[in-house]
Amino acid sequence: MTTAFYRRDRSQQPLPLSPGYKSTVLRAPVRPLHALEQTVLEQTGPALGHTPLGPLDHDLIRNAATTGDALGERIYVFGRVLDENARPVPNALIEVWQANAAGRYAHVRDGYLAPLDPNFSGCGRCLSDAEGRYLFRTIKPGPYPWPNNGSDWRPAHIHLSVFGEAFSQRLITQLYFEGDPLIPLCPIVNTIPDKDAVDRLVARLDLRNQEPFDCLAYRFDIVLRGRRQTHFENRTEGL
Amino acid sequence: MNDRLKETPSQTAGPYVHIGTAPQAIGRPALPHQPGPVIESNTGEAIVIEGLIRDGSGTPVRDAMLEIWQADGMGRVGEYGLFARATTDFDTGIFRFQTVRPGQHAEGHAPHVAMLIFARGINIHLHTRMYFPEDRETLTKDPDMRRLEPEAVATLVAAEDGKTEDGLPLYRFDIRLQGENETVFFDI
Repeated sequence: MTTAFYRRDRSQQPLPLSPGYKSTVLRAPVRPLHALEQTVLEQTGPALGHTPLGPLDHDLIRNAATTGDALGERIYVFGRVLDENARPVPNALIEVWQANAAGRYAHVRDGYLAPLDPNFSGCGRCLSDAEGRYLFRTIKPGPYPWPNNGSDWRPAHIHLSVFGEAFSQRLITQLYFEGDPLIPLCPIVNTIPDKDAVDRLVARLDLRNQEPFDCLAYRFDIVLRGRRQTHFENRTEGL
Repeated sequence: MNDRLKETPSQTAGPYVHIGTAPQAIGRPALPHQPGPVIESNTGEAIVIEGLIRDGSGTPVRDAMLEIWQADGMGRVGEYGLFARATTDFDTGIFRFQTVRPGQHAEGHAPHVAMLIFARGINIHLHTRMYFPEDRETLTKDPDMRRLEPEAVATLVAAEDGKTEDGLPLYRFDIRLQGENETVFFDI
């Protein structure tokens, strides 16, 4: 049977309207969100993490290669997908996209002058295992300028889209890299008012998990919403 | 309570969301089993949902990604639930889903399509619902709608818009992110 999820803790989330990030000014709703009780619809979700993926889907260094490996600093990004109760979330689907090592996206709408890499598409995906562990291999993306307050610069980041076991757990976010001086200057990072929450978007260098003479490793754990404890299970729907 | 972890904060999906979630929108093949905008299901009547997302100035949002999740035609969710993903057209801003008319999945709740919106300038996805104009009369009794003003409920009801070129019933569902007739977004 399904049980309800904890209400989303909005204090840990970005503010919808954050004028420093100009695109929010006309896109953030003005009216408050309307709170509803969950039904079984929100407590379940599509089983996207139960279909096996292609053997190179998690390897962005090779999955779009034509003449050789993608250029850049070779890294693993790995960690665990957990819920708020610290339980592993198995079979989570994680889709990722990112700029190349020069800070350029392989996207028709990106006009940044930095070069494309013919061996890199910036698209990948992986599944978490029974203990919630996931891993992908990629190159460290470059920072890039964007028109916001004149030329702002994005810190190096990877976009992650996560499906847990229920629609209520849906999450799209970005991970940043430990030590990047652009993080505190970024208007998109600064849409999150809680500094500890920002810190949880920073992947940590993990030298012990490197691939020697090949690849550095960064650790990034993902936490999805958790279900209320089972003693609430039999409460009447709709109260 | 104290040993609870905190949810990972959301960040905007940004303008290049297509690379990872809908590569067909930028001229690359979709990955195997990657969800697209068409749901094939023999559990109900096939329908098409089309719409436009407008920002606070009325300008169409042309770089959004949307996801829908609904009961199948027999009102079943969980493993029978139906999921799809679409992006807005780079020129017109129109999004389009083909799905089936959902059945009722919970007592007293009018059938609906749950919808998430991700885009540049949206820091955490917006969650709305599309209801059907055929249910307009009973919608006022729906437990989820009764605390909303009628004008607010109206933002969640699609309009019948004739038939598609293939003869499927077409529903028009426009979303207003901000301002006059702002769509109701939920915290569920």
